[in-house]
Amino acid sequence: MSATEIGPRIPLGAWIESGVDWVTDAFGVLFDLVRTILVASFDAAETLLTSPPWWVVVAVLSALAFWAKGWRLGVGALLGFVVVLGVDQWDNAMASLALVLVASFIALAIGIPLGVWAARDDRVSATVRPVLDFMQTMPAFVYLIPVVVVFRAGVAPGLVATIIFALAPGVRFTELGIRQVDREVVEAGHAFGAPPGRILRQIQMPLAMPTIMAGVNQVIMLSLSMVVISGLAGTRGLGREVVSALSTIDIALGFEAGLAVVILAIYLDRITSALASRSPVARALQATAAR
Amino acid sequence: MTILAADGVFKVFGRRPGEAVRQLRAGASRDDVRALGTPAVIDASFTVEAGETFVVMGLSGSGKSTLLRMLNGLWRPTAGTIRLGDADLGSISARDLRTLRQERVSMVFQHFALLPHRTILENAAYALAVRGVDGAERRRRAGEALEMVGLGGWEDHLPAELSGGMRQRVGLARALAAGTDVLLMDEAFSALDPLIRREMQDQLVELQQSLGKTIVFITHDLNEAMRLGDRIAVMRDGRIVQIGTSEQILSEPANDYVAQFVADVDRTRVLTAGSVMVRPRAVVVVGAGPRGALREMRDAQTSAAYLVDRNRRLLGVLRDDDVLAGQRRGVETLAELTRDEVTAVGVDAPLAEIFAPSAETPLPVPVVDDDGRLVGVIPRVTLLEAMAPTESANGDGSGGTAAAASAPPGRTNGTLSAPATAVPA
Ligand SMILES: Nc1ncnc2c1ncn2[C@@H]1O[C@H](COP(=O)(O)OP(=O)(O)OP(=O)(O)O)[C@@H](O)[C@H]1O
Ligand SMILES: [Mg+2]
Repeated sequence: MSATEIGPRIPLGAWIESGVDWVTDAFGVLFDLVRTILVASFDAAETLLTSPPWWVVVAVLSALAFWAKGWRLGVGALLGFVVVLGVDQWDNAMASLALVLVASFIALAIGIPLGVWAARDDRVSATVRPVLDFMQTMPAFVYLIPVVVVFRAGVAPGLVATIIFALAPGVRFTELGIRQVDREVVEAGHAFGAPPGRILRQIQMPLAMPTIMAGVNQVIMLSLSMVVISGLAGTRGLGREVVSALSTIDIALGFEAGLAVVILAIYLDRITSALASRSPVARALQATAAR
Repeated sequence: MTILAADGVFKVFGRRPGEAVRQLRAGASRDDVRALGTPAVIDASFTVEAGETFVVMGLSGSGKSTLLRMLNGLWRPTAGTIRLGDADLGSISARDLRTLRQERVSMVFQHFALLPHRTILENAAYALAVRGVDGAERRRRAGEALEMVGLGGWEDHLPAELSGGMRQRVGLARALAAGTDVLLMDEAFSALDPLIRREMQDQLVELQQSLGKTIVFITHDLNEAMRLGDRIAVMRDGRIVQIGTSEQILSEPANDYVAQFVADVDRTRVLTAGSVMVRPRAVVVVGAGPRGALREMRDAQTSAAYLVDRNRRLLGVLRDDDVLAGQRRGVETLAELTRDEVTAVGVDAPLAEIFAPSAETPLPVPVVDDDGRLVGVIPRVTLLEAMAPTESANGDGSGGTAAAASAPPGRTNGTLSAPATAVPA
């Protein structure tokens, strides 16, 4: 017995399709603008990473690791990037890194203020939460199709899909972090007559920073996990290599590109978690623990 | 002058606070209106006078914090009015309320509420920074406040590096640096262990003597209330059941509840030397010589002075005639001219233990800390007043007064080196 025998089939898919068509027509100009901005940002980031000689970029990225965590991570990063160079995936890795950086930046630029708003207003929180759940649990392939229709193949749909997928932790961790801030300390701000903006900047954000940084880490890792899927949409980088390796059953290429993704992932993860522990509040807490 | 005035104040948390207030006014009990909300404060009316320490005491959940938070507008009353100076906190705009908090009323918190990532100095200067006081001035005033609470030298440390007692001193310094005339303290010392707590209470009493702030102090500890409060309000289940001086609360409890609360408290045990002592008028440092000692006594218009060493440790009592005679004889060291006629008592000595030393001499009884340093004196009249306040015409006469009156008037030679120090619980 098929579902259609129970009653008329709900043409949900058709409705969505005509909705997407309508949106594409009605907001075509807007989408073109967004597309232009996204492509330009990506190009700028990619140029920044690929136009200097490779050894300069490797040196800078390793120095960043050294500064963030110490010589071990610095050396580890150096070795990792040498491997990426060795398997001839440098340009692709830098394209993927550019994608991750741009997507994460935009996701955080949207997510953190939204999280702050949600922390201050229960109704906003109640509205935002199911939307985030939806965005995160919906399989990326599902919205990749309309996104490609709207933004056409290339970098833009990859970025948009990545931003949608990676947005949630930025919002969630920010909201959680701010709600977790010791109520009495916030109250102290009010009791001494500080205006709300000042309390947000000088009390809530700094005290929530360790949690927010954990969110930043999550956003970046989720962005990276979308690299392959954005490759499907035609975005340059390691993802497209993996996709083409898949379609030609090229085990060697698939492994090399995959390894480069893993190296990037470890690098970004270690750097962001090290940065999280460098916030003033995290340091103050470490000072307590050390005593 | 009345600084704070609450009139018929209600605060109900919950779904239908207005209706709950209406029913409470009509005589409903706290439990009757449970479905409408939680009445945290019910029909509270009181005034706090300038320079007074007003203590609000009650068990956990009796509504003390809620009441306090309405006094600086952190929470608005569901009904009733609260006036701070000329301002009606119910109708004031958010901006004016902020100004009022910056200029008139500051707060000390139970768990200190310091910014963990800011230094002690920055924390102490917080209120001034909010008010827009410029950097140098801000640091100067915050530094002074830290000095006042005995935290000079800790300016550049982080709160995490300090003990609980020290952190609360920072909280106190932050409120003092704000320079407001009203200080709200919500169980400010409850998170501290008993010894530190006593120390903080003493420090507050001492600061209060010189600063004359108007303080509303919340506590669930009767002893603390007695030590600090000029007047005490006892709260139960959201209602203020009695307001009065500690003596009134002890001797004329308004109902069984209050009586139960204070049952195990003997007044002479509650009040300690530290809580009634005053500043000594004439103190001479040992190096001053007879001439200096005489000048000090002349300036203070007394005929006796306390001799201390460079660390303020009490050495003895100087009489003007002894010093004068000594000077004629050419004695240069003051220590030779002291009399051992006064027994010093410890800061924590209960009043009961002070009658004997007090009876030995007409001079005020010196009070010393654990290191033997002179921290204050108790004139006999202060002692008597503390035992039997004139306004409470208590027919049966308190045991304390009787004890004082019947104490032997003869002089005995007590020793100064063995202060009668009570062992703290
Ligand atoms: N924000 C709130 N929402 C709902 N109910 C509250 C809120 N704050 C306090 N209450 C309730 O109001 C009553 C009084 O609370 P309050 O904190 O004023 O008591 P307290 O005397 O300060 O107690 P404690 O000694 O435990 O601090 C309690 O029953 C409490 O549950
Ligand atoms: Mg409380």
